[in-house]
Amino acid sequence: MGEPGPQPDDPAPPGRPKEGTLDGLVASKEIVIACGPGGVGKTTTAAATAAMAAYHHGDRVLVLTIDPARRLADALGLTSNGRGHGLGNSERRIPDEVFRDATGNSPRGELWAAMLDTKESWDALVRRHAPDARTRDKILANPLYRNISGRFVQSHDYIAMERLYELHAQGKYDLIVVDTPPTRNAIDFLDAPARMSDFFSSRLLRWLTASYRSRVMNLASRPFYQVADRILGTDFLADIAEFFILFQSMYAGFVERAEAVTRLLSDWRTTFLVVSTLEATPVREAEYFARALVARKLPLGAIVLNKVLPTYFRDRDAGSLAEQLRDGAGSVADRLAGSLGTDPSLTARVLQEVAESFLNFGVVARREAEQQAELATRPEVLASVPFFDADIVDMEGLLRLGATMWS
Amino acid sequence: MADARPLPLLDRRLLFVTGKGGTGKTTVAAALAQLAAGRGKHVLACEVDAKGDLAALFEAAPTDFAGREVEPGVVVMSMDTEASLREYLKLQLRIPVATRLGPLARALDFVAAAAPGVREILTVGKLCYEVRERNYDLVVVDAAATGHIVSQLAAPQAINDLVKVGLIRSQTDWMLEILSDPRRTGLVAVTTPEEMPVNETLELAGRVRAETTVELSAVVVNRVLPELFGLHEEEVFDDVYAHAEELSKLLGGDSGPLLEGARLAVTMRRTRAGHLQRLREGLVSDAESAGAMTPPVLYVPYLFSRAHGLRSMRQVAAALGEELGL
Repeated sequence: MGEPGPQPDDPAPPGRPKEGTLDGLVASKEIVIACGPGGVGKTTTAAATAAMAAYHHGDRVLVLTIDPARRLADALGLTSNGRGHGLGNSERRIPDEVFRDATGNSPRGELWAAMLDTKESWDALVRRHAPDARTRDKILANPLYRNISGRFVQSHDYIAMERLYELHAQGKYDLIVVDTPPTRNAIDFLDAPARMSDFFSSRLLRWLTASYRSRVMNLASRPFYQVADRILGTDFLADIAEFFILFQSMYAGFVERAEAVTRLLSDWRTTFLVVSTLEATPVREAEYFARALVARKLPLGAIVLNKVLPTYFRDRDAGSLAEQLRDGAGSVADRLAGSLGTDPSLTARVLQEVAESFLNFGVVARREAEQQAELATRPEVLASVPFFDADIVDMEGLLRLGATMWS
Repeated sequence: MADARPLPLLDRRLLFVTGKGGTGKTTVAAALAQLAAGRGKHVLACEVDAKGDLAALFEAAPTDFAGREVEPGVVVMSMDTEASLREYLKLQLRIPVATRLGPLARALDFVAAAAPGVREILTVGKLCYEVRERNYDLVVVDAAATGHIVSQLAAPQAINDLVKVGLIRSQTDWMLEILSDPRRTGLVAVTTPEEMPVNETLELAGRVRAETTVELSAVVVNRVLPELFGLHEEEVFDDVYAHAEELSKLLGGDSGPLLEGARLAVTMRRTRAGHLQRLREGLVSDAESAGAMTPPVLYVPYLFSRAHGLRSMRQVAAALGEELGL
């Protein structure tokens, strides 16, 4: 996969992306999809990856986020409180000053950000595929359509991949990093394009709409409509039928598009980053997801483990030292009294708390290590990001996080 | 509606437990079910996303739509909208689906898949049905994550707006009655004292109020780190930190990791304390702006424990029990 490595007679200049690292992986791709269970730092990981590529590689990079909570806006310091606004469906360039404020240097490339507005994207899709203005307007006005596109989150799945395709097809960016929607099941969005085209090519759908359209209640469909009328009410049923009939007019365009989206996901220029923490449930989900990618022959590029406790918590010597300190805090405090000049009993309490805390975190760190061993699927790159003691809320934080992922 | 004292959480009939991914929503749902069962209640715990995690917390094999008692008083079931539709047709319309109208069931399921609101109503409808029939004292739902819960809870209203007449309309009416009654139905939001989970929880509080008829009955803050140092102790620690070499000599080994570890614990706790404060203040101002009562905030400590399943869930249940004054 990827670019040919450095030739023997071509000494890699310092700072050139190394193979077998996230740096090298990202440098050789056009699309990076950050996915995995919820709450593990996907959005931040995606933003950090994009920021690093823009800053170091000199690429024009777009980070596309989907989350309704608008977390990317937070991470990029575009809003103050998480009720983000101002990002919209259109792409915005992150000003170079944001990088300069963080590092003192301008980025080599450009960083752009966009947020997915589901309703707006659906409307754009309808405008593109509708055969004529009348159909377009009728779809946009159909109550069922308005409900699906605006209200129900599942439609995020498809639209996210569709928007990615559209942005990539514009050819404006060297690299697009996508933060995937928080789906009920992490792999839902992978199947969304296929589900969409299945839906439109379904025989059942055609039967349903054809019989309704003709209103010649043939023997096959009459019982269905009798019962359905009773359950749903005639108006609602009419809305459903209209919705299906109208959508069918966009059938060819939709299916073609969904297939193109599916192809793009498995293209060699695309790679997937599975993000997880080392808590039991996320690890199980991440492993499941990694396997699902492999089974679908989709390129699993890296697993990024977030919020990992420092390894020193697992150090045996440090552990025994902590036990020693816990048990002998009093005498150690007495002997430190000369240099510290504080009440030895207070010092002893502090030392004991230090030791207890270390042993406590040691238990968690070992639990995490066991979880890491559970990850059986091996990607090209396994990156591990330490637990940052402060929140990542600005460019400086993103680049600090990015630097630990990169190496 | 605004009583002076809030109704005890477990005295309600239907509790939806939501939370951002990774906050421990499923664990809290299981713990609430177990607490209620421990007080003699007959509890149905329902997992909405059918991953099998809820049953696993009771160290039980995955459950299905019919449900199974996993420990005395706790029946765990997994939501299955197709099965829910079949049950609905059978019980409400007296249509024996499996035998006579197979194609109809398929067609309707298809409609459900195409118009996602239908799927949500089949989920919420089944849960409300169990409440209406009084099959259990309490139904605890390991519900959709924060990003999805509002559309799930708002589905009956949404359908009500769409469908003006017909059977569905009369169905959503009684569901809305149950969902809108804060003595029967409550929402529990699980969060952790971290930036994004707190943001989402505050956002959720506003949206639940604006877009649904369900009351936010409690906020559970999971994984609260203990305070490492008391008053004046941190200054002593700074002093010790400055004498790391001497401490290493006394101990006969490198004290660096111990001191770094303590420093990390202190800063982590401090960052989180700020988010906790923001959560409390945000909940108060949100409630005040609507003239409502601030939902109680329940704290569950970070577990320095090696266990994952039943054992750690019991620890969470014990902590929640204490917070609820049980």
